Amino acid sequence: MAWVNAIIQGVLTGGLYALFACGLSLMFGVMKVVNLAHGDLAVVAGYVAIGVITVTHIPVLWSFLIVVPVMALLGYVLQRTIIQSALDRSVLTTLIVTFGLSVVIENGLLQFFTANSRAIGTELALVRDSFKVGSQIQIGYLLVVIFAVAVVVLLGLQYFLSASKYGRLIRAVADDREAAQLAGADYRHVFGIAAALAFGTVALAGISYGMYSQLQPTTGTDTILLFAFAAVVIGGLGSLWGTLLGGVVLGVAQQIGAQINISDEVLAGYIVFLAVLVLRPQGLTSRRTQS
Amino acid sequence: MTVPGDTERAENGTPLLEVRDLTVHHGQLRALEGISLRVFPGEVYAIIGANGAGKSTLLRTIAGLHRPTTGTVLFDGRDVTRLRPERRATQGIVMVPEGRRLFGSLSVEENLKVGATYARPGPWTIERVYELFGWMRERSNQKTAQLSGGEQQSVAIGRALVANPRVLLLDELSLGLAPVVVQRIYGMLSQILATGLTVLLVEQDVSQALRVASRVQCLLEGRTTLEGEPGDLTPERVEAAYFGLGETAAGGGDAGGGNGGQPVPSAGHRSPVPGGGQAMGQSSGGGSEQLWPG
Repeated sequence: MAWVNAIIQGVLTGGLYALFACGLSLMFGVMKVVNLAHGDLAVVAGYVAIGVITVTHIPVLWSFLIVVPVMALLGYVLQRTIIQSALDRSVLTTLIVTFGLSVVIENGLLQFFTANSRAIGTELALVRDSFKVGSQIQIGYLLVVIFAVAVVVLLGLQYFLSASKYGRLIRAVADDREAAQLAGADYRHVFGIAAALAFGTVALAGISYGMYSQLQPTTGTDTILLFAFAAVVIGGLGSLWGTLLGGVVLGVAQQIGAQINISDEVLAGYIVFLAVLVLRPQGLTSRRTQS
Repeated sequence: MTVPGDTERAENGTPLLEVRDLTVHHGQLRALEGISLRVFPGEVYAIIGANGAGKSTLLRTIAGLHRPTTGTVLFDGRDVTRLRPERRATQGIVMVPEGRRLFGSLSVEENLKVGATYARPGPWTIERVYELFGWMRERSNQKTAQLSGGEQQSVAIGRALVANPRVLLLDELSLGLAPVVVQRIYGMLSQILATGLTVLLVEQDVSQALRVASRVQCLLEGRTTLEGEPGDLTPERVEAAYFGLGETAAGGGDAGGGNGGQPVPSAGHRSPVPGGGQAMGQSSGGGSEQLWPG
């Protein structure tokens, strides 16, 4: 029964990892930007939520309604300014720029919020409570909700990309930027929209992580970014549902590792990650037809 | 800057598209030097020339994908030289790029929809493109990779048409297509041209280009070697201009920024002589000097 519990917990945690990973995958898929500040931006979203809740005293869940659009807007602005100007030089420059952004954010957070860890909404029943299945399996409401949110977000993203005007433009620009320009599309604007989507999802993920666990200024790079990378690689680059599968595989591997030995949780995840890299470098879901 | 024949053409009003003394570099390489041309409304203007003559560079510069070193591009009397390609497209300069460049992960219909996203108002709709290319409607949900080369070229043309261009730039429609397919595409093109669309096209296949064009310019190593109406040009003159053989007839005017029509090899040329039969139209099997079929 303990193993079943581990698998259930792993699957549910996978939803959170998918939330982290889908924005990273989207930005890479569309503009070929590997955003090394991705995890830090999630943490920023969490801290901003804490700030908003403290100052305005609004209910915790309402903070999503404020922080997610603000982060999406920040994504658009960052993409149109520093990330685009890095892209204009070369794709490699974006690595340096986003790494720099990561360092700046992390140290900024340390400076203003100290290294103390913080959590969001610990007083909420949603965060604290859980329900029992049978005698040994205990499932937190929060993880179930996060998993459901992740599925809804992925469905929404998929619908947006496949059916909306801007979704179509995003795919067109990802295919052939120059041909899209010839069709009258300003690819910089389209990139901005893709970045806004990515930052919106990462904000959602960051606040959720703050409720599920705790945030520190370094959480972005030492946990979130790495898990997001692992989920993307396991699932397959550029595939939205791949990020969910990758997140779930990573989550299950970690929980099974923890079941064997509590100190092996993170290690087990990375072993699966490395195994996928060696045996199936295109990821679990990638089609072979992709050139 | 007068070009022979302009006196009659000017009666059509001002040129819709005008290129003045254009010089373009690819890095150190000079791809175009002192190119000028004027395309009047309703004209089909063909740029011919061998591989590496700079034809595609000229078209890409007009579309905004290259920045010229010097010279100007005027559209409807306004200077668009510094305008981004997407702004030119929305104003009506729409290009069918070399190699078709369809959006591979999008379906046929989605490709057309992208073309129509920033369309100017006008007669062309996706529906009308489906009417023009009969097969397209029932295959509209297929990915473009499943189409043949000729079908892909049709989708690329359709994608440009639905933007309702004021001037359509066609870059090497025949490239990589079987002769019979090329003929079909050009047959289709005649139908499109009958709507009075202004077209500037680049073509290695001289026979096809001369058949549809109302005016033609020949480039050699980035310079103009010949300019005129197809009816006034003898095969010998076109041949000479195409290959840069001996005295070339530049039409007598100052068409090439004062080069007088002498095909002086410029600093960086890629391939002065076209290889094989591709440039020769369809008839010449053995790569002879024959430019006209039959």
